[in-house]
Amino acid sequence: MKINQLSLFLENKPAHMKVPCQILADAGINILTLSLADTQQFGILRLIVRDWERARDVLEKAGCVVKITEVVAVEVPDRPGGLAGLLDVVDQCGINIEYMYAFTFRRGDRAVMVFRFDDPDEALRTITEKGVNIVESVELFAEAGE
Amino acid sequence: MESRFAIENRIWNDAESLPRDQLRALQVERLRDCVARVAQVPFYKEAFAREKVTPDAIQSLDDLRRLPFTTKADLREHYPLGFLAVPREKVVRIHGSSGTTGRPTFVAYTKDDLALWSDLCARFLVSGGLRPEHTVHIAFGYGLFTGGFGLHYGVERVGATVVPVSSGNTPRQIMLMQDLGAQVLVSTPSYALQIAEVARAQGLDPRELPLEFAHFGGEPWTQDMGERIERELGLMAFNNYGLSEVIGPGVSGDCAARDGMHIQEDHFIVECLDPDSLEPVAEGEYGELVFTAMTKQAMPIIRYRTRDIAALNASPCPCGRTTVRMSRIVGRTDDMLIIRGVNLFPSQIEEALLRVEGVAPQYQILIERPGALDVVTVRVEMRPEVFSDKMSQMQALRERIDREIQVVAGIHVNVELVEPQSIERTPGKAKRVLDLRNT
Repeated sequence: MKINQLSLFLENKPAHMKVPCQILADAGINILTLSLADTQQFGILRLIVRDWERARDVLEKAGCVVKITEVVAVEVPDRPGGLAGLLDVVDQCGINIEYMYAFTFRRGDRAVMVFRFDDPDEALRTITEKGVNIVESVELFAEAGE
Repeated sequence: MESRFAIENRIWNDAESLPRDQLRALQVERLRDCVARVAQVPFYKEAFAREKVTPDAIQSLDDLRRLPFTTKADLREHYPLGFLAVPREKVVRIHGSSGTTGRPTFVAYTKDDLALWSDLCARFLVSGGLRPEHTVHIAFGYGLFTGGFGLHYGVERVGATVVPVSSGNTPRQIMLMQDLGAQVLVSTPSYALQIAEVARAQGLDPRELPLEFAHFGGEPWTQDMGERIERELGLMAFNNYGLSEVIGPGVSGDCAARDGMHIQEDHFIVECLDPDSLEPVAEGEYGELVFTAMTKQAMPIIRYRTRDIAALNASPCPCGRTTVRMSRIVGRTDDMLIIRGVNLFPSQIEEALLRVEGVAPQYQILIERPGALDVVTVRVEMRPEVFSDKMSQMQALRERIDREIQVVAGIHVNVELVEPQSIERTPGKAKRVLDLRNT
């Protein structure tokens, strides 16, 4: 199953990162995980929250440029070679990863990673066939205590 | 752009296709005559005495450069009619340009001037498809402004039907266009967009209006805007140019090739000059247009500085006219920036950005001089339509903007993508240029 990620455009300037975080805080929305891609001039902040529609609405209302993208949360064995093994599978399937980042929590002995694939549906189908465990969003948010 | 309307290549007046050498000889003769006629106008009398110019001194077009320039300020100084070259009783019409500050500047016409004006407008109307069987909806204001009357006379001269609607009450205008079956619209380009918008609001497809051609003037417009109008209204758009100080509309206009406006050189001598050095720029380069209206009776004008920036093209045109063509007006000398010796207009940046996104974005041009050289940064506000979560696409967007600016303006700039609403807005519009070089 795919989950919805919010991406935000930010200028790379002091205090600019805080603005969207404060907006979400004021709306009582918890950030489950995030990743920041930056250049010298601007950055792209990617966020996973439970109520992504409300988060999008409050951010857009505050004037932020927001984009919703479908990403896939995947379980990875939390041991040496765990991620390498998973990437091996992805590689065998001939799928391209745009970027990836991790959740801060674990599921037992497993870590959870967020993958942005070019074609999430195709990626989901092929890696599931290879036995990779996809995290359903419901479980994910339960795990995070939401 | 492809059009469903065929346009025949017709030339109204043989003077439009005179061989170049004959045209040049005619210009010299008319210029000499003009100098003789304006010699009694106090402003020119004084200037000619200072420069020791007499009509006989005009032997070739090069001698034009010995003549003084005329500016808007000169006209204002001789308010209201200090530039009259005929007795007051010969004047049959006064027009004027509003001017943003205070008094208008007036121009005057004799009976012959009005006939000439009509002919000049007929020329560009015919080159842009007008035929006697057409009905023309004129949505220009009729008043001191030259647009309404000039086009009106041109249409009458061709023998087509004029519907002199003037401006305002768009729903009524749409009704009249439908009921009278106007094939041709005369208006500003922005009013054409207004017509399309109002039509849609009425539940009408603007393409269902009978319009086939439009002749736009009164304000500069970009090619993108023209294409948008053509798409929305289902017509072919033609550009024409003029200013009251020179004669009004009829100075130049598009032909069927729509690759530059043919200047009516048998009546106007055009120069394209660097606005600072006042030296001619190379052909094809942008510069300030300067016109000499040689044949007007009431108010001939010598080397009038228009402050309009355009480029000239003297290459032969497939339409058969031999006259030089001018590009669209890309800016005014008032907003020209000089960057490392290259002229840059905010409108060029806007045009480049329009190529990237198709809609007018908010932008700001920042000019700094951290060392010896000018550095230009173009800030572009990010919009949801072009934002991507992928860094590669965002970098590609920046590169694309940079490339388009290089193509349009010929200079390399830094492109900064900025957050929405981060560019300071003065009431109504964004502050486009921030020149920090001398701070």
